[in-house]
Amino acid sequence: MTGAPSPRGAVADVERVFREAHGQAVATLIRHFGDITIAEDAVQDAFVVASEKWKLDGLPPNPVGWIVTAARNRAIDQLRRAGRGRELERELDTQRPAVDITEPEESGPVEDDRLRLVFTCCHPSMRVEHRVALTLRLLGGLSVPEIARSFLVSEAAMAKRLVRAKYKIKAAGIPYRVPAEHDLPERLRSVLTVVYLIYNTGADDELRAPLRAEAIRLARSLVELMPDEPEVAGLLALLLLNESRIPARFVDGEPVLLADQDRSVWDIDLIEQGTGLVRACLRRNQPGPFQIQAAIQAVHCSTQHFEHTDWPQIVALYDQLLSILPNPIVSLNRAIAVGEADGPEAAMKLVEEVADDLTDYHILHSTRGVTLEKLGRVDEAEAAFTRAIQLAPTDTDRRLIERRMQRLATGRDPSGRQ
Amino acid sequence: MSQYLLSTFAVEGEVPGAPAPEEMQEFMARVLALEAEMESAGTFVFGGQLHGPDSATVISGSGGETVMTDGPFVEAKEHIAGFYIIEATDLDEALEWAQKVVDAIRHPIEVRPFAATGRVADNMPSPDG
Repeated sequence: MTGAPSPRGAVADVERVFREAHGQAVATLIRHFGDITIAEDAVQDAFVVASEKWKLDGLPPNPVGWIVTAARNRAIDQLRRAGRGRELERELDTQRPAVDITEPEESGPVEDDRLRLVFTCCHPSMRVEHRVALTLRLLGGLSVPEIARSFLVSEAAMAKRLVRAKYKIKAAGIPYRVPAEHDLPERLRSVLTVVYLIYNTGADDELRAPLRAEAIRLARSLVELMPDEPEVAGLLALLLLNESRIPARFVDGEPVLLADQDRSVWDIDLIEQGTGLVRACLRRNQPGPFQIQAAIQAVHCSTQHFEHTDWPQIVALYDQLLSILPNPIVSLNRAIAVGEADGPEAAMKLVEEVADDLTDYHILHSTRGVTLEKLGRVDEAEAAFTRAIQLAPTDTDRRLIERRMQRLATGRDPSGRQ
Repeated sequence: MSQYLLSTFAVEGEVPGAPAPEEMQEFMARVLALEAEMESAGTFVFGGQLHGPDSATVISGSGGETVMTDGPFVEAKEHIAGFYIIEATDLDEALEWAQKVVDAIRHPIEVRPFAATGRVADNMPSPDG
């Protein structure tokens, strides 16, 4: 057994292959059998067989092809037992010759299968949390307990959510194909939003950090599958640039604001990848919300000092974003940038303009707090921070605002440093 | 091919003012054009408008005793006011027709697939498998 991988290496390899193979294998089997549950179960069974076999023999030359073939045979077995096998075998025989288990799967249609599955999982007729769960399960290959933990619900509740999502696909006849040209922009937006949501769920919680890696992996494969869609590249760039700052985002488990981050620990490699994508997007000149948001992050990442941030450039990008995505949260972010570019009076006016639309949004109140503090209106600032703390959705958010508020108290004390 | 129910609802007690004649004419023109399009695409199966929920009677009871109750089945504010049954290859196609119905009647539509259509006997498996 010289040259065989160490057992631990082999286990890690097998797990990596499973994660990578899951989406492709399930997608291909759905094409063959027209049923998500049959595909999912067969792939699961194939993984069980593979993990035993590969631990002894090492990885086969084409692990994904091996899984697809083994799962397909498995599904035919299962269906034969259920009485549908003979009919199905005839159908499959007419479609393709019998496949030897070691023969590599063709890659063209397989990639198309994955793309079809992305659009099925993210169909806008399903509620967003169902789209997210299904994407993580089928394309990401995450287990039900893993997804349940990531969304802070019980395993039973997550299992039920997945069953309902799959029921809707089957009963309502959600198609398994890449949408028609005229539907593509809307459908693509739904896909990208799902991936972005997965990333953000892992963003401020180190326990859920694997979701960030998963979102980036999904975004990378979407770029491969849809090289001609600039918004897909924009999403990947946005995720990479956000991810580049993660090493500075937490100190002792507490989040650190952009202004206070130690920029020397930012991940230069990710910044270069993200910035490269943004530049390529600019050359294509078909701007969209994800590309513009990525461009904003690229501006932040381009300087070693917060004070040197090119705020007028960021305001200009927010203007562009607002013109295609008019929404009060974008307006609020623009107001923050205006505050840095033109001072707190200008920012205050803009913040008040969106206050009614965002009255339950903690960031509105913390932004008001920061801006009021800069204007010397300390009592009002304190009230705003207090409101932000009440509305903060997570403990992490709450502590961040509390620390900001403590700074206010220090500034107020004549002997305090500020 | 699957069949889908495209239904629209009315809110109880909400009596819209009678539309101006020209508005009514435009509405009818839009609906007639839509139905002609459905017909020529072969998607139209059946359709209709329902009388109000106050016209409904619920029948229940068994063992030779009929119990009648005045009023609709479900106590809800919204009631189905009209519907189309269409043929479509999949949900995307059904949604496209639904959008056309929304454009014509300017009212939301619920799209719901049939689990089975026709007589129950039509959906029984044939004895030879």
